[in-house]
Amino acid sequence: MIPSSFDYTAPSSLDEALKLLQDLGDDAKILAGGHSLIPMMKLRFAEPEHLIDLNNVPELSYLKIEGGMLKIGAMTREVETEESIDVANHFPIFADVAKLIADPQVRNFGTLGGNLAHGDAANDQPAVMLALNASVEIAGLNGRRTVGIDDFFYGFYATAVQEDEILTEISIPIPMGLSGNAYHKVERKVGDYATGGVAVHLEFDEQRICTKAGIGLTNVNPTPLRAVRSEAALVGTSLNEEDIASAAQYASEDCNPSSDLRGDVDYKRHIIKAITKKMINKAKQRAFNN
Amino acid sequence: MIRCKTSKEIGGMGHSMKRKEDDRFVHGTGNYTDDVKLPGTLYMDIVRSPYAYAKIKNIDSSEALKIPGVLAVITGKDLEQYNLHWMPTLMSDTQMVLPVDTVMYQAQEVAAIIATEKYIARDAREAVKVEYELMKPVVDPFKALDSDAPILRSDKEDKKDNHIWHWEVGQKEETERIFQNAEVTVKEQMHIPRIHVASIETCGCVASYDKVENHLTMYMTTQAPHAIRTVIALVAGHVGLTEEKVRVISPDIGGGFGGKVPVYPGYVIAIAASFLIGKPVKWIEDRSENLQADSFARDYHITAELAGTKDGKILATRMKVLADHGYTDASANPSKFPTGMFSIATGSYDYSNAFMEADAVYTNKPPGGVAYRCSFRVTEAVHAIERMTDRYAHEIGKDPAALRFQNFIKKDQFPYHSPTGWEYDSGDYEAGLKLAMKAVDYDNLRIEQAEKRKKGELMGIGLSTFTEVVGAGPSKDFDILGIKMFDSAEIRVHPTGKAIARFGTKSQGQGHETTYAQIIAEELGIPAKDIQIEEGDTDTAPYGLGTYASRSTPTAGAAAAVAARKLRDKAKKIAAHLLEVSEDDLEWEPGKFSVKGAPEKAKTIQEIVFASYTNHPQGMEAGFEATHYYDPPNLTFPSGAYICVVDIDSDTFEIKVRKFVAIDDAGHIINPMIAQGQVHGGLTQGIAPAMYEELIYDDDGNILNGTLMDYLVPTAVESPSWETGHTVTPSPHHPIGAKGIGESPTVGAPPAIANAIIDALKPYGITHLDIPITPYKIFKALKEKGVLDKHIQEL
Amino acid sequence: MKKEITLKINGEEFTEQVEPRTLLVHFIRENIGMTGTHIGCDTSSCGACTILIDGKSAKSCTLLAVQAACKEITTVEGIATTEGVHPIQEGFKENHGLHCGFCTPGMMLRAIELLEKNPDPTEEEIRWGISGNLCRCTGYNNIVKSIKYAGAKLRGDELPSTEPEFVE
Repeated sequence: MIPSSFDYTAPSSLDEALKLLQDLGDDAKILAGGHSLIPMMKLRFAEPEHLIDLNNVPELSYLKIEGGMLKIGAMTREVETEESIDVANHFPIFADVAKLIADPQVRNFGTLGGNLAHGDAANDQPAVMLALNASVEIAGLNGRRTVGIDDFFYGFYATAVQEDEILTEISIPIPMGLSGNAYHKVERKVGDYATGGVAVHLEFDEQRICTKAGIGLTNVNPTPLRAVRSEAALVGTSLNEEDIASAAQYASEDCNPSSDLRGDVDYKRHIIKAITKKMINKAKQRAFNN
Repeated sequence: MIRCKTSKEIGGMGHSMKRKEDDRFVHGTGNYTDDVKLPGTLYMDIVRSPYAYAKIKNIDSSEALKIPGVLAVITGKDLEQYNLHWMPTLMSDTQMVLPVDTVMYQAQEVAAIIATEKYIARDAREAVKVEYELMKPVVDPFKALDSDAPILRSDKEDKKDNHIWHWEVGQKEETERIFQNAEVTVKEQMHIPRIHVASIETCGCVASYDKVENHLTMYMTTQAPHAIRTVIALVAGHVGLTEEKVRVISPDIGGGFGGKVPVYPGYVIAIAASFLIGKPVKWIEDRSENLQADSFARDYHITAELAGTKDGKILATRMKVLADHGYTDASANPSKFPTGMFSIATGSYDYSNAFMEADAVYTNKPPGGVAYRCSFRVTEAVHAIERMTDRYAHEIGKDPAALRFQNFIKKDQFPYHSPTGWEYDSGDYEAGLKLAMKAVDYDNLRIEQAEKRKKGELMGIGLSTFTEVVGAGPSKDFDILGIKMFDSAEIRVHPTGKAIARFGTKSQGQGHETTYAQIIAEELGIPAKDIQIEEGDTDTAPYGLGTYASRSTPTAGAAAAVAARKLRDKAKKIAAHLLEVSEDDLEWEPGKFSVKGAPEKAKTIQEIVFASYTNHPQGMEAGFEATHYYDPPNLTFPSGAYICVVDIDSDTFEIKVRKFVAIDDAGHIINPMIAQGQVHGGLTQGIAPAMYEELIYDDDGNILNGTLMDYLVPTAVESPSWETGHTVTPSPHHPIGAKGIGESPTVGAPPAIANAIIDALKPYGITHLDIPITPYKIFKALKEKGVLDKHIQEL
Repeated sequence: MKKEITLKINGEEFTEQVEPRTLLVHFIRENIGMTGTHIGCDTSSCGACTILIDGKSAKSCTLLAVQAACKEITTVEGIATTEGVHPIQEGFKENHGLHCGFCTPGMMLRAIELLEKNPDPTEEEIRWGISGNLCRCTGYNNIVKSIKYAGAKLRGDELPSTEPEFVE
């Protein structure tokens, strides 16, 4: 499998990249980790005329805690989020999810920004970002803007990032009190896209009453899906078995999976229900064990 | 257990000698077909059909030919001029090289591009415009014989339906009578899925035709180089490529498993292109082409029935097969066995009546099926009988292990004549199952299972106690395209006592360079490290039928032993001459002949070999060489006892193989380390179809999982940690008592896994699930039984 | 339009003109002529093409040659030292960690990075660590054993037995 011909530029700064993007218009594609784009180009499902490679833009690759937020540069590799102590301390969910994204070689190159900007509901990170209530910084030649994660995913392979813009940073609020999070997906084999996946983030007050709940679902909707009713079913409760059962039930009812080789609609709803329950319990356990 | 007759220094049979071939592989200096680089090489790419069944209205190559570097676009009409557009399959059916007017399956070759560079050839492939007129394909084999089904092979004169052949064996009337009167009968409809060998190296070749010499050198991914040479001569002899003008070289092969036995159209087109242009032409398929177009395996629909008594005595079995061959029967079976050795499906059990029949049909799918790590349909047979044995045990409420002990052919019944005509050479089935049960602590597992069942947890234990039939085969019954299925070895020992031995087989990872050397070392006492093994070059190796169907050790391994014994006989004569005694006064120990009663009077094999070149007896032929073509008197019958333990998540139905113990009996073992490696690998290829792999087609004949993203080859995470062991019951008719090991695990593992999963689901009324058994399939089955709600409530 | 790139492969510097679309694996195999790196699929699934780029294991079928400009690449041809084989090579040979050898270069290079990050991995960690590399021959048992052996050798620990173990 061989891509069709294209031209290639590797700018060394974000500004340079944005200028190139403006000049080249929709003939150009941004190359981040490339582990979604290059396979599509090899299959000739994507045939851009020009690639703008961000791998030589060091300013987009960082992990830092700033102003109560975890800030992750868009070109930060999946493996870096998997291995960072800062990330692990606050968000064990990153270790859960990273282990399930493709394989170690892919995670060495795949980036968090690319994972989100690809706009694929089958990717795992979008659900995690929904659960963690992340926001996304997008840069254009006219400046930068911040978009809440709920306004980021538009449709199939479509996001809030416009043709002349580049996703630059992901910010995740660091929870103050008791919190826990977890991710799991059912996959046909390791590295596969999810049959269904669930990300759960929970925060609690001193009395162990749930104050915040974030639940994101993978690959059971045309876009990454927030399980709104499930979240609401948990907030204000102490997460007893019935609360958790209703949250799981809502998630299975509110998702919109399609039938494919991985399973039919009923099966996927069943899976979502089962994993939602398991992940709420796991997140809760993590919150109270820390 | 395993005893060694030779010292470690000699390294004969039974030593876990490290592999001689590994140095080049760990250094990256192996030489696979894609590594062959010849000056002036052109590259071939293939335009393939997006449709399963269509008329070709027009092929427009004009835009492709405008691309600089594109030399030719070859179509079926071009090949038709040379009568090269069709070729025979190994089953004497016919297969298109390139179609002249009709495509018969999705991804079929439509045209070939020849270009100066690989990238240019791929660009040109995209530029060829083909106009098709779609036709409604036949996808479901059960509908292939409907009266309104289109007749797919209208190219064949008088073909009025899609039926290929009918086959049957056994005692039809008596079996029928037993079924009518039996206390218990069980029946299941099962599908052994269409799967793919998916060796990590795909198929390919470099065809290099020398116009001046009128000589073709063909580097290719083939398990059977000599057979390919003969096929090339049969197909292209009329254009001058007669057999002495063809040299087939099979370099290192990155896994074969039966998928590199057939002749694929790509090879033939590359030959034709090189022949016409006079330059080397390289063709290496992509993975997706490999999965979508190369021969599949299995795809048997089996109606399996078993009749027995209430207390567990098997009385008869009956099986009816519908074989989906795609658009041509491109199996690689011995000619007289259209359904291979499926008739081994009576299994390891002693009963007198069985009836089996099979019908094969054409559909709009890729041709096949190859013997994927399987001695010609043994996998299908073993799955059917082992599944039905468990099914029967469940039906009468008897433990499946106890039921097996009750029905096993006993050790003293060998040679055993099966109801379908086989003569099982030897076996000790009870010993194998006892060892396996001890290794898993079977009785305690059943206690644990009973406790878990009370809590609604899903745990299953599955058995498979199978008999294989390998080593094809005796020339009275076995041939491929008329060529008898012997195999060969040629040993040449150099004056300094080092040797080279050449074979008509071809290793694809089995370690022949080590194991053949060990067989010769065992017989001649020359250290295995001093014996170089060469395979895969038809100009140098003696004629052989190649490596597949676990036949290398039973045939070529035997040939090596017999050839070495011829040399030992000669060595004895020379030793007698050198020591000035009579041959009767000599005794042999590995590596030397000595005078009986005077052990200090001895000649080493190296001294004897040197003498054969420097001081051989008057009247004796000089040198130290022997060749043997071994025609086996019977097949060999390896067996195994496998036990699998699974735990199934009662919420998500994810399946975890907790433990898997495989006890094999392959007779004498040449190299325990390599034999064990073969078992490990075969077991992973057993879990693959049991839980993950299947080629899936939609109603229009489109393949739905034609890449490794969706064709789910197990990784190290899916593959459990295997535990293996063996019992040793030598084959009485084989020169070294060996039976063959490579395929037992692939054959034996799927029913053990399926039986374990179904055992876990037994309390919910599930008696059978087709492999691959996935969490999704379990969900559907429980839902159908109406017991899913119970699980949902438990969430 | 070809681009000029300069990079190091196994310590040797190369400067070549390449089309931007040239895949790194083709560059290594065809332009440089090192054929130890293999191609087993077209969907980044099999890992046969795994190499190290600046020490990180990478699937060279999913990277462009132009992306490797100014980088240091290690292929199977470059892992043996002047003193002899790399411990991972020794591990695979001594423990029968390969059959056909086709996946072996990629598997070894992946294992090198795995052991660098985790010098004493558990069986579970090894299995997940090589989950991007398919082997169709070995059933993985002996690959796990090979990597454990190499880990012990690299740590300077006592080497585990290389004899096959059987159920008795």
